[in-house]
Amino acid sequence: MSLYNDPIGHWVVVTVAIALLLFVVLTATAYTVWFERVALGRIQRRPGPNRVGPFGLLQLAADGIKLAFKESFVPAETDKLLFVIAPTIAVAAAFLSWAVIPIGLWYNVQYWIADVNIGVLLIFAFSSLNVYAIVIGGYASNNKYSLLGGLRSAAQLISYEMALGLSLVPTFMIVGSLRLRDIVEYTVHWGWYNGPIPLILLTPIGFVIYLMAAVAETNRAPFDLPEAEQELIGGFLTEYSGLKFVMFYLAEYINMITVSALAALLFFGGWYLWVIPPVIAFFIKIVLFLFLYIWLRGTFPRLRYDMLMRLGWKVLLPLAIANVIVTGIVLVATQG
Amino acid sequence: MLESYVPLLIFVLIVLGLLGALVTLSFVLGPSKPYKAKLNPYESGIVPDSPAHRRMSVRFYLTAMLFIIFDVEAVFFYPWAVLLRQLKWFGLIEMGVFMGILLVALAHIWRKGGLEWD
Repeated sequence: MSLYNDPIGHWVVVTVAIALLLFVVLTATAYTVWFERVALGRIQRRPGPNRVGPFGLLQLAADGIKLAFKESFVPAETDKLLFVIAPTIAVAAAFLSWAVIPIGLWYNVQYWIADVNIGVLLIFAFSSLNVYAIVIGGYASNNKYSLLGGLRSAAQLISYEMALGLSLVPTFMIVGSLRLRDIVEYTVHWGWYNGPIPLILLTPIGFVIYLMAAVAETNRAPFDLPEAEQELIGGFLTEYSGLKFVMFYLAEYINMITVSALAALLFFGGWYLWVIPPVIAFFIKIVLFLFLYIWLRGTFPRLRYDMLMRLGWKVLLPLAIANVIVTGIVLVATQG
Repeated sequence: MLESYVPLLIFVLIVLGLLGALVTLSFVLGPSKPYKAKLNPYESGIVPDSPAHRRMSVRFYLTAMLFIIFDVEAVFFYPWAVLLRQLKWFGLIEMGVFMGILLVALAHIWRKGGLEWD
């Protein structure tokens, strides 16, 4: 950012960059939904959306406009204020993580809104706020399905949050920093090799735990119990309609992209990919992760609730702690 | 140092503005024709005969308590993980003792059936 030394110009640049980032994230979200519907369609041997615009690319614009002009009412006997605030919290929590995610633009040009030294911690703090959105939404709706869905979801999210947090600790131990840029640019000097390395090679177990916990954290199949249609109608979403429903949906897909971007940054060397320009490399990695999400949804049946909690507490948590201990011992022992 | 958080503040303000606009639009756009049956909570077509806020399984409460314990642990891990290279064996053993105590707690909860959900 040394390019912009004059103070006012600097803040103008930051504001424009934020607006641009929000626009990109929103657009990316819309096309993630399109991508999911098409990919899921192919998995289920049907074409998916293909009528509105070329390849159905305008389907999401049509859906968005339709939903915006639908009645977005607040049911009787709900807690009106909380009912309106809940989707707002969801979207805010989803957006705010992007403030600290760095994006490699071109070979030596990177951009980030805020370059803080507690980057990953901040992302966890923001994404944890999502629990409030779901619990408040479920509680305020005054609906039995909503309340059950909200509570289930809260228990699920907090259970997997620990595994998620602990799965990244080995990465921080190796790199020695929470700043995402440092983690991406972590270089190793092993014999003849000297350069950046995808950290998945050093913490493979951490990645597996991260992947499972991240799918659970974003409420995606096969961990989509909060909105298990067959038993809970829509879970916390049951009473939401119109733009408020869109906001919850938006938050879910933004979270998917955030988690994919984080996986790319933390485990796959972010914007480094051989000779491919950084921004394209980063994009490719995120799209591959999003495809993995969709693939999981198209392949696996939903877990039962007791299986879900057992996996979180009895498998992932002890495994994550063991991973931290082993990595710590190896790291200190090899350091001498 | 603190300066690096200013863009974050701007970001928060812009996001809040965007959300305010979205919420306002959600009330402005679209028709508004409420009537009694529409405003009822949707419970698969059955008219609700009891309030939604009722007693909950105590397991949710238990899970929340356990979460507090282990998540605070995770927070302790972060600064320790960043500084592990400087702390070396001392830091590792210190954290090992801390982790040991928590693992004993986890084993106890496990044996008492605190993690069962059926």
